[in-house]
Amino acid sequence: MIIFDIKRYAINDGPGIRTTIFFKGCPLRCVWCHNPESWSTEPQILFNKNKCIHCPKCVGKNADECPTTAREICGREWTLDNLVKEIEKERDIMEDSGGGVTLCGGEPLMHNEDALALLKELGRRHLHRCVDTTLYADPDVIKGIAAECELFLVDLKLMDDAKHRQYTGVSNRLILENIRMLAEMGADFFIRIPLIDGVNTDETNIQDTIGFLQTLPWKRKTVNLLPYHDVGKDKHIRMGSQYNPKGYTMKAPADNTLDSIQKAFIQAGFTAIIGG
Amino acid sequence: MNFQIKNPENEGGMNERIKRLRQQCFDTPTTLSIERALIETAFYKENYGTMPIAVLRAKNFYEICKKKTIYIGDDELIVAERGPVPKAVPTFPELTCHSVEDLHTLNSRELQRYTISQEDIDTYEKEVIPYWKGKTQRERIFNHVSKEWEEAYHAGVFTEFMEQRAAGHTAMDGKMYHTGLLDVKARIEKKISELDYIYDPEATDKQQELEAMAISCDAAILFAERHAELAEQMAAKESNPQRKAELEKIADVCHWVPAHAPRDLWEAIQMYWFVHLGTVTELNGWDSMNPGHIDQHLYPFYKKGIEDGTLTRDKAKELISCLWIKFNNQPAPPKVGVTALESGTYNDFTNINIGGVDRNGNSAANDISYMILEIQEELHELQPGLSIHIAENTPDEFLMAGLKVIRQGHGYPSIFNPDTYVKEMTRAGKSLEDAREGGCSGCIEVGAFGKEAYLLTGYLNTPKILEITLNNGYDPIAKKQLGLKTGDPRTFTSFQQLYDAWHQQMVYFVNLKLSVNNYIERMFSLYAPATFLSLYIDDCIDKGKDYYSGGARYNTTYIQCTGLGTITDCFTTIKKHVFEDHRYTMEQILAACEKNFEGEEQMRQYIRNHTPFFGNDDEYADSIAVRVYNDLVNAIEGRPNTRGGETHLNMLSTTCHNYFGSVCGATPNGRFAHFAISDGTSPAHGSDSHGPTAVIKSLGKLDQTKSGGTLLNVRFTPALFKRDEDIRKCASLVRTYFKFGGHHIQFNIVDTETLRDAQKHPDQYKDLLVRVAGYSDYFNDMTEQLQNEIIARTENSAV
Repeated sequence: MIIFDIKRYAINDGPGIRTTIFFKGCPLRCVWCHNPESWSTEPQILFNKNKCIHCPKCVGKNADECPTTAREICGREWTLDNLVKEIEKERDIMEDSGGGVTLCGGEPLMHNEDALALLKELGRRHLHRCVDTTLYADPDVIKGIAAECELFLVDLKLMDDAKHRQYTGVSNRLILENIRMLAEMGADFFIRIPLIDGVNTDETNIQDTIGFLQTLPWKRKTVNLLPYHDVGKDKHIRMGSQYNPKGYTMKAPADNTLDSIQKAFIQAGFTAIIGG
Repeated sequence: MNFQIKNPENEGGMNERIKRLRQQCFDTPTTLSIERALIETAFYKENYGTMPIAVLRAKNFYEICKKKTIYIGDDELIVAERGPVPKAVPTFPELTCHSVEDLHTLNSRELQRYTISQEDIDTYEKEVIPYWKGKTQRERIFNHVSKEWEEAYHAGVFTEFMEQRAAGHTAMDGKMYHTGLLDVKARIEKKISELDYIYDPEATDKQQELEAMAISCDAAILFAERHAELAEQMAAKESNPQRKAELEKIADVCHWVPAHAPRDLWEAIQMYWFVHLGTVTELNGWDSMNPGHIDQHLYPFYKKGIEDGTLTRDKAKELISCLWIKFNNQPAPPKVGVTALESGTYNDFTNINIGGVDRNGNSAANDISYMILEIQEELHELQPGLSIHIAENTPDEFLMAGLKVIRQGHGYPSIFNPDTYVKEMTRAGKSLEDAREGGCSGCIEVGAFGKEAYLLTGYLNTPKILEITLNNGYDPIAKKQLGLKTGDPRTFTSFQQLYDAWHQQMVYFVNLKLSVNNYIERMFSLYAPATFLSLYIDDCIDKGKDYYSGGARYNTTYIQCTGLGTITDCFTTIKKHVFEDHRYTMEQILAACEKNFEGEEQMRQYIRNHTPFFGNDDEYADSIAVRVYNDLVNAIEGRPNTRGGETHLNMLSTTCHNYFGSVCGATPNGRFAHFAISDGTSPAHGSDSHGPTAVIKSLGKLDQTKSGGTLLNVRFTPALFKRDEDIRKCASLVRTYFKFGGHHIQFNIVDTETLRDAQKHPDQYKDLLVRVAGYSDYFNDMTEQLQNEIIARTENSAV
């Protein structure tokens, strides 16, 4: 499986202290994405020009030889064995903190078989499993995954389908249906909403989101509100691609906007947390 | 105040009195007082040679207690100062006699300035300096040492703690709270009466020491009485009835303690303070004094006062706050030369221990422990330092309360693991109960409080020893042959050969250092016995022997090893790139180091980015760190010292990793010449890139119970401490590290932006305290180099 990062001491990706596994490849193309290097399923070379010391002879595609790591290979093949070995290094801290492993991406469900195999193995080892996903996937795949994880972190970006297509490249219908399915199955999940001024912080979207979530038979009733930041910009530069090519207006929401959105959720009976 | 206060009635924080006292302490400049030196010099001139040294020292102490200017400030409840006024530091010419030039330097240097008037400098030149010429401990030491020792010392292979100050690391157990000095004196007199001059060949020595101890009791009682009289005089003149009553109470307290055992919290605190001042007046021990587990000691007085209605929580907190101000009124005695470079700070490293376990192993955190956390957060002064002690049975509530104070970013408390340090002590031969009653003093050093004389003797620069090894015994910086000729490394055909050569050099330098340690210990025993301190360290009275002569129940000598991270990274660089991958030859590496990587940035970058370094939970590097550590233990541990005890190692650096870096050329791990080496047992700067859990796992591979303490610095940005949930996760990190056998961990919570701004606008950050290495210091008081290091330390940011 192609993994582009493994992060230890992840404290914003679910309960406790976790190790987060980043799968490469995503069906969505969210304009604000802070991990655009996760879009393609293929390994690629990123170039960070700030680190470059202009060697007389550049290593070029042989990025592993780059002295400064200005050129860096993003995405490497991992065997299940090696990945589990890497994860096991954190067993003590996971157990002591009530943490575990989070599969993230990209979209882990795009790698259904690999993700499922990994989750099953982690389950055999009694590690807590969490999947951070767009839910843009076949409902049967999701059912299979749901049987092998304890918690989902589900991204919900926009309620208006036209806007969803405009900003993410795909329709939200499948996503909304899958959220409903998860709730009806009784699966445990958090909803995570990136908040981007100019895209989805308007009252209509917030009220529609609340309205939708209120119709779900959802026990957890907890949303994480994640204020937008533009780390994606730098990643695009390293990829040699353009950030926000259509020039949409995107801003971090002001504190009072955040505040009133949080209040709106709370008033509607949800637990609303700013940040992961 | 962001953390929950256990007792809501006290939400007000510092009261007006404490605010005023704190402000006054901040506003008072640090000065040098020549009073002690004048009294002592006059006394020595008249009496030296007429009486046994122990008695001479005790009478000298008595003379100082009798004649020194005493001070009771407005608003004060706890009284007495080391100097004539707050923040006035006496000198100790019997150890190091500052020259006129030294005094001018201290008066004018930019950092850690001690002001002194020209008139005082003139008096010093006339009255003090001529008498001590040739008679100081420092001269005794430097006149004795071999050329090899002196050259290695000046090259920065090791330092020597006891050339300017007496050995420190004295922490108290609870005995002073049960026994007054009159009872102690009666016990001493009984001991004298029981001496057997026929069958005990040491009886005469014992008699002299015991007599000296008895004089020391009188001295401290006299010192307190003088304060009682002053308070009475002030009360008589005082028109404000409330202050008048306070002064009368102060007089009562000072009439009672230290002569008698304290009866209430006020007396208990004043008792400690007199004992504290006694020990730092007779000598200037490093890490001068520490009350030990003060929360356990004071709790019975607090409980009784609350129960019988004579005390409120607010009053108790005010009294303890007054003690905290007193600690901060005592800057460290000034150092000069190499010693000022290695440890230049006003901080005298009083490290209060709270929480932890009691003598029976039960969790000891109590109301006073929480109260002290509140006080520490409210006052956030340079001194005292504070540490929370988290055993397996310590409640999470206490750990979380401590972490919330850490979150404020003042650099304390640091966090210790009694489960590990009790094992360290029992492994070194202390009884389980004595070990539990022990703790950590100074930075991270363990000791059996009230029962041990543990002398720290200096740091060992392990990367420097590698530099010397790589040059066949020659030091390219000092340009001298300092070490053994262990061979030209260009001819080595295996990593093992290089490692063996370093090992041989390391053992050579350890031996060189130890040979002088023993001499210095004898000089303290012969010329500077601590007859007052000996009253409070078991079993000095029973044995009739001084603290410096083996009187303590346990007698340890420590060498502190620094640079574990740096040397490990150097070894992995050479092992991997020279002997395994053959990417570079030894010649290439050595040439690059010699020219400080000039023109070799490509190589340097490759090494920095493609070598397994310590602190990443990588077996390749960690196994080498374990090997280096074990070999240091084996080289140092178990050598007999002059006091019937043994040498041990501990792993701290204070700020010495900066000084040691400054004397060390570029190293194979890509570190530039003169940059700091790694601190304590922390990874080298910028070497750890897998987050704090990887760091604690690497550190967990060292068997820390073999040391007398290790030090791990973790720099967290405030973002990682934002929510209570984050604090809970950080608490788990601490628990897991301690489960791995970690001895100590500390967090520096400050963002880089703030620090950069503080560098630019020092005046706006006067109270910015940051964790350095086992202690906190004002950012403004640090050299630019140290400031940059603090900024550069790996930021574990979780974006």
